[in-house]
Amino acid sequence: MTGPRILVRGAGVAGMTSAVTLAENGAAVTVQDTGGRIGSGASWFAGGMLAPWCEAESAPDEVTQDSLTSLRWWKSHVSDVIEAGSLVVAPARDTPELARFGRRTSHFETLNAHQITSLEPDLEGRFEKALFFAEEGHVDPRKALLALERRLKNLAGETVFSGAPLNAEDFDWVVDCTGIAAREQLADLRGMRGEMLLLRCSDVKLHRPVRMLHPRIPVYIVPRTDNVFMVGATMVESDDTRAITVRATMELLNAAYTLHPAFAEAEILEANAGLRPAFPDNIPRVHQDGKTIYLNGMYRHGFLLSPKRAQEVASIIFPGNEI
Amino acid sequence: MRFYGTELSSRLMLGTAQYDSPAILADAVRAANAGVVTVSLRREAAGAQAGQAFWSLIRDLGVPVLPNTAGCHGVREAVTTAQMAREVFGTDWIKLEVIGQGDLLQPDVFGLVEATRILTDDGFKVFPYTTEDLVVAERLLRAGAEVLMPWGAPIGSGRGLNNIFGLRALRAHYPDIPMVIDAGIGRPSHASAAFELGFDAVLINTAVAKAGDPVLMAKAFRLACEAGLAGRDADPMEERDMAVPSTPTLGLARGLGGEMI
Repeated sequence: MTGPRILVRGAGVAGMTSAVTLAENGAAVTVQDTGGRIGSGASWFAGGMLAPWCEAESAPDEVTQDSLTSLRWWKSHVSDVIEAGSLVVAPARDTPELARFGRRTSHFETLNAHQITSLEPDLEGRFEKALFFAEEGHVDPRKALLALERRLKNLAGETVFSGAPLNAEDFDWVVDCTGIAAREQLADLRGMRGEMLLLRCSDVKLHRPVRMLHPRIPVYIVPRTDNVFMVGATMVESDDTRAITVRATMELLNAAYTLHPAFAEAEILEANAGLRPAFPDNIPRVHQDGKTIYLNGMYRHGFLLSPKRAQEVASIIFPGNEI
Repeated sequence: MRFYGTELSSRLMLGTAQYDSPAILADAVRAANAGVVTVSLRREAAGAQAGQAFWSLIRDLGVPVLPNTAGCHGVREAVTTAQMAREVFGTDWIKLEVIGQGDLLQPDVFGLVEATRILTDDGFKVFPYTTEDLVVAERLLRAGAEVLMPWGAPIGSGRGLNNIFGLRALRAHYPDIPMVIDAGIGRPSHASAAFELGFDAVLINTAVAKAGDPVLMAKAFRLACEAGLAGRDADPMEERDMAVPSTPTLGLARGLGGEMI
């Protein structure tokens, strides 16, 4: 191997995406995660939505622009990307939120009740109006991270989940993707607590993520395989790492139940809390400090923005390469 | 106008929730020239200083902080949250919310009076979020509040000043009590109207945070507050039923019958 030796710290979505991108450029990549396994941080609890237009409702234009190629990247690296779009609905009393959401973004069509039913038969009669973002997709974050690990190994990379932290001096570059753990090095990084549930419900079938608007607690429900649904996620300005609160659990369950009453019979498989790393403008950033490159502040855009940011990392290490 | 002896640099109080990022929040606070920023203290954020990063961003704004007890549904919860807020922010000011009804987020005025008394006895300077009810106002003042924060409309509804009659009566009944219109203001014109009615300040959050351009909206509210206040101080004209020409009629050509031609 003639490429540079690179240590990637952190095996979340930022780290794994960077590792694969660097290995594709010919680097000898070692990923180490002291959390003991792949995705021991926030990525494991992500929604995995590749939804630049839904995010554009609240995200700055830079995030939208940098995420336009994301879906293509994931499709070329992970086998089970689902391209079924996203659906945005609101309970009857919150329909003004739907108009506001639509005004802030683009690339959607407005559906009536009949059109909603033809897309999602199980939502028949539940909503009069919805926004449909046909060009969006989603992945199962856990499967996607494991797929990236396999890809990295095919590119002669390795992952290390045990032992003492590897010595930076044994490598040409260090790419630090450790999320909130890097706050000592990145002074303006903060934690944004998020809480999520995994439910199993065989009585409801959804084909795409459904976002349910609410003035205070917008919630999304993402279908996974085997009748599993991810319900997320709260946004609390806090570094609190305690387990999920009762309040958050109730809010998330209420949203699921409002989407479809059959969720009342669902099994709660997981109830988790984690910290999203975020900078003050909530935009993920690459920051170089000598031979150490930080990719952090992924906020709620980890899966959406990691491909573009990983490419930025690669362009520092391989200035001439077109990716 | 002084609130518990403190002169504020502006009559616009700005809430810090729901912005798309702390960076946008900071820009909005500057554009609004806010005299006070309010911060809600989620209970899970208070343990072990867990909200420290966000709170230090708030403190760095250099604007006096008015912590609130948003989302508290009982006296005890509100009192505990107030005590945490005092520790975190080092201020004895507290915007007291005791919510009694989930759909309208309407104040539980009985709990509010009780919590006001407890907190005042504990040395707090209480800013109670209340309705326009005169009797409740009296009880709050007796319980030790020296400022009132009547709602314009339910929190986050953006409906403006719902009960002009009630608000005017409250203002007229307590001309010397500092009063802030809290909640329900959706547009800059609502803020102007609050000052025209004689209120001393307005508190705005959602209308700025959820605007398409929060920083521009913050500026719009600053201008609207200035306009409403200046318009009031300028002693506005009285309303009349009939038109009064604003240009002199003397010397206009008239027909033989006296009609204007």
